[in-house]
Amino acid sequence: MAANAPALTFFALFLPFLASVLAPFLTRRLGDRAAWVLAAAPALAFAHFCTFLPEIAAGEVVTGGYAWAPSFNLSFSWFLDGLSLTFALLITGIGTLIVVYSGGYMKGHEGQGRFMAFILAFMGAMLGLVVSDSFLMLFVYWELTSITSFLLIGFDHEREAARRAALQALVVTGGGGLCLLAGLVFLWNITGVTQLSLLVHLGDGLRQSPFYLATLLLVLAGAFTKSAQFPFHFWLPNAMEAPTPVSAYLHSATMVKAGVYLLMRLNPVMGQTPAWMILLPFFGGITLIAGTFLAVRQTDLKLMLAYTTMASLGLLVMLTGFGSAHAVEAAVLYLVAHSLFKGALFMVAGTVDHEAGTRDVTKLGGLRAAMPVTFGAALLAALSMGGLPLFFGFLAKEEIYAALATGNPRAVFFTGLAVIGNALMFAIAFAVALKPFLGPHVETPKHAHEGPVTLWLGPVVLSVLGLAAALFSGLAHRYVSSPMASAITTQKIVIDISTMPHLGVPLLLSVITVLLGALAFWRLTDLRALMVRAVESLGPGPDRGFDHFVSGLVRLSGAVTRLVQPGRLEIYITATFILLAVTLLVPPFLFGELPAMPMWPKQLLVQEAAFFAIAVIGLIAVLRAKDRLTAIVSLGIQGFAVAVIFLLFGAPDLSFTQFMVETLSVVILALVMTRLRLSPRDHRPLGQTLFDGTIAVACGLGFTLLLLKSTEAPFDTLLTDFFNAYSKTVAHGANVVNVIIVDFRGTDTLGEIAVVMVTALAVLALIRVRAGKKVADDKMETRR
Amino acid sequence: MNTLILRTVAPFLTALMLLFSVFVLLRGHNEPGGGFIGGLIAASALAIYGIAFGVPAVRRAIRFHPMAIAGAGLLLATLSGLVSIVSGVPFMTGLWVYPVVFEVEVPLATVMSFDIGVYLVVVGAITSIALALEQEPGSDAEGGD
Repeated sequence: MAANAPALTFFALFLPFLASVLAPFLTRRLGDRAAWVLAAAPALAFAHFCTFLPEIAAGEVVTGGYAWAPSFNLSFSWFLDGLSLTFALLITGIGTLIVVYSGGYMKGHEGQGRFMAFILAFMGAMLGLVVSDSFLMLFVYWELTSITSFLLIGFDHEREAARRAALQALVVTGGGGLCLLAGLVFLWNITGVTQLSLLVHLGDGLRQSPFYLATLLLVLAGAFTKSAQFPFHFWLPNAMEAPTPVSAYLHSATMVKAGVYLLMRLNPVMGQTPAWMILLPFFGGITLIAGTFLAVRQTDLKLMLAYTTMASLGLLVMLTGFGSAHAVEAAVLYLVAHSLFKGALFMVAGTVDHEAGTRDVTKLGGLRAAMPVTFGAALLAALSMGGLPLFFGFLAKEEIYAALATGNPRAVFFTGLAVIGNALMFAIAFAVALKPFLGPHVETPKHAHEGPVTLWLGPVVLSVLGLAAALFSGLAHRYVSSPMASAITTQKIVIDISTMPHLGVPLLLSVITVLLGALAFWRLTDLRALMVRAVESLGPGPDRGFDHFVSGLVRLSGAVTRLVQPGRLEIYITATFILLAVTLLVPPFLFGELPAMPMWPKQLLVQEAAFFAIAVIGLIAVLRAKDRLTAIVSLGIQGFAVAVIFLLFGAPDLSFTQFMVETLSVVILALVMTRLRLSPRDHRPLGQTLFDGTIAVACGLGFTLLLLKSTEAPFDTLLTDFFNAYSKTVAHGANVVNVIIVDFRGTDTLGEIAVVMVTALAVLALIRVRAGKKVADDKMETRR
Repeated sequence: MNTLILRTVAPFLTALMLLFSVFVLLRGHNEPGGGFIGGLIAASALAIYGIAFGVPAVRRAIRFHPMAIAGAGLLLATLSGLVSIVSGVPFMTGLWVYPVVFEVEVPLATVMSFDIGVYLVVVGAITSIALALEQEPGSDAEGGD
């Protein structure tokens, strides 16, 4: 390994983003040929990650990274073991093919550059997600995949359905992401580490923590929304509004597996508990069955595949949570197999749609002569999906049955689910792969012929890989499956299943599955009608529920806003002062912190008493004032009296400032008065006056109590001594107050004058807006 | 309020108050005073001038838009804080020089220019509010710039 391997890995992680930025320019210059250039980015990253294969297969772990915010213990660090490496290879490998495919699929589309930019950005995010070591990095990438997925689903943003689907996916997966964030914070708090690589060894402490269940539920909320588990599955079929390369890449091969990735990653730390082994198989099992049943109902090629993807994700979650090393092996094999065959089938569906003009399976037929290469790829992929011998899907299915069929009632139940699910998936696989190509030729909207190399390269490579991986299963297991399963279970696992069928229960279950599947395929039309009726009788599903939820949320926030933001200054001020009074008065009474009754001062000088009297007289004058202007000026009396009192008690600076502030506030208030053209007199009814008066008295009382209480405490002269001692010697100033303002706490002052400046700007803007909008405001007034 | 007496006295009063405000600003380091108070005094001086002669007269007298004065003050204060970086000491450290002008040692400091910045911000901000409020609501004339 070269010495600068970390830098190379960093570059490989960054490469898709770089390509994303370049994509629009390249597409403008080269048109659809830009795809070949852009595909080099994931291809290089793929090649780089391949160099880690021997190391990882030998059981080592590759880590690296850079400090990000060391004071917060945050780093940009990656962590490659069997699990993340397999994901990284799938992401970059399938990504390369998808970029090439997009070049053909989006050819001539005006938004091609944008599309390429989005899909490459997604690739970078997904790659970052699976190699992240630190929690925060994981979360950032997790949400980034949600955002890029939103952009891609809503790519065709002029269609209402696409916009709705995009928003729905964002709300569901983004909301799940927030739950995940909370879960990660829990993990951090419980274990004290922020890195996945360190977390692995802390499983025991975590499982015994009282917060284990809360953490688990939050993490599951994140994983289940991302991986479209029941009851959050509804966004995935809707996401099929996206162009087909997106469906093939994000919504079958990679992004939706992020949830499964997370569960597999956390299996050593959070797994093997009753909660884990109940929740995961339960929801996974429901998703499997619901997905296959809903898939049968569809006639749209993409929707059929979408629902089987959901079912496959359910199967993966079920296996991950089943609790045995065998089940994990099965999950690993199925995950790899699924990425290969489902990616290929989606691309086939896209090619058929692109060339024939429709993807409704009932309107397609007899395309085998026109599209022989696509048909070949579809057939190979379907054989793998159906789990027939010689294909990787077969290995996965054998392993699934071997893991599940252990004899106890729980195992029998889940085996039953798996058999039904797999049989229906078998039927769907062949419905997608055979129906459009076999049978009599059906007239399609476009005259179908074989697509260009860009369109068949992806499906062919992926489906052939599905065959090759099974034929050379030793190699595949050594470099991919075994290291990945070892990483998930943290024990050395060697997978050795090969394409040679062994007689036994798994093979028997496979035969049953194939027979059931063939039966379902033969009677697919009847089954579809049955399912349509069944689903209709169930009533509205969670998809409708989402709409109700969103519209309810909008109504609620509208109502809350109207309640707390009525737009009347009186209400704001009343609310502010009531709150102030409550804050000041409730704690002293509640905690018995009331001040002692103040003593009457022994020596009260005449002038002191006189100015106190003037202050009180000023207040009486305010209350008795006939009009508002008099009240404002009378308030000045009280202010000046207070300023003089400051002066008498030895605070000349404060007093000075108070004088000036009083003068200027009287001037400005008077100006505002003339400006607002208020009625000169206050005409509040008596009840209102009493109410407002009570609030005012309460606030005043609160402040009085607070001040009395705080002056009761012995005066701490620490700061006084410090400033007296140092203001002359250090800051060369005799006036301590000013030295504090401009020197000791100068940065505070800088902040304060910035606030003064911004406030003045805001006031100025408000005054001008009112002057300009006078006419518009008057119109608003009359409308109300 | 626009009486003959006020109009006669106002120029002198304003001039005196402005002078006094500078005095208060400069003596602030050793005796009561400083940028905040000085700024407030100067602002009230300009307010008096405005009451006597109207907004356009004030705008002509101060030449710059008051907001520009406040901005310049903020800039000056920030730069005074940044000078310390050149000397390799932390931000906002007060630095002193003692040049001798006409055989008199004049202590100059970044804290002084900082305080002048405070003064300008306060004058500018309050004057711009007061002038905007004093101006006839209908007239859009924003003289001075």
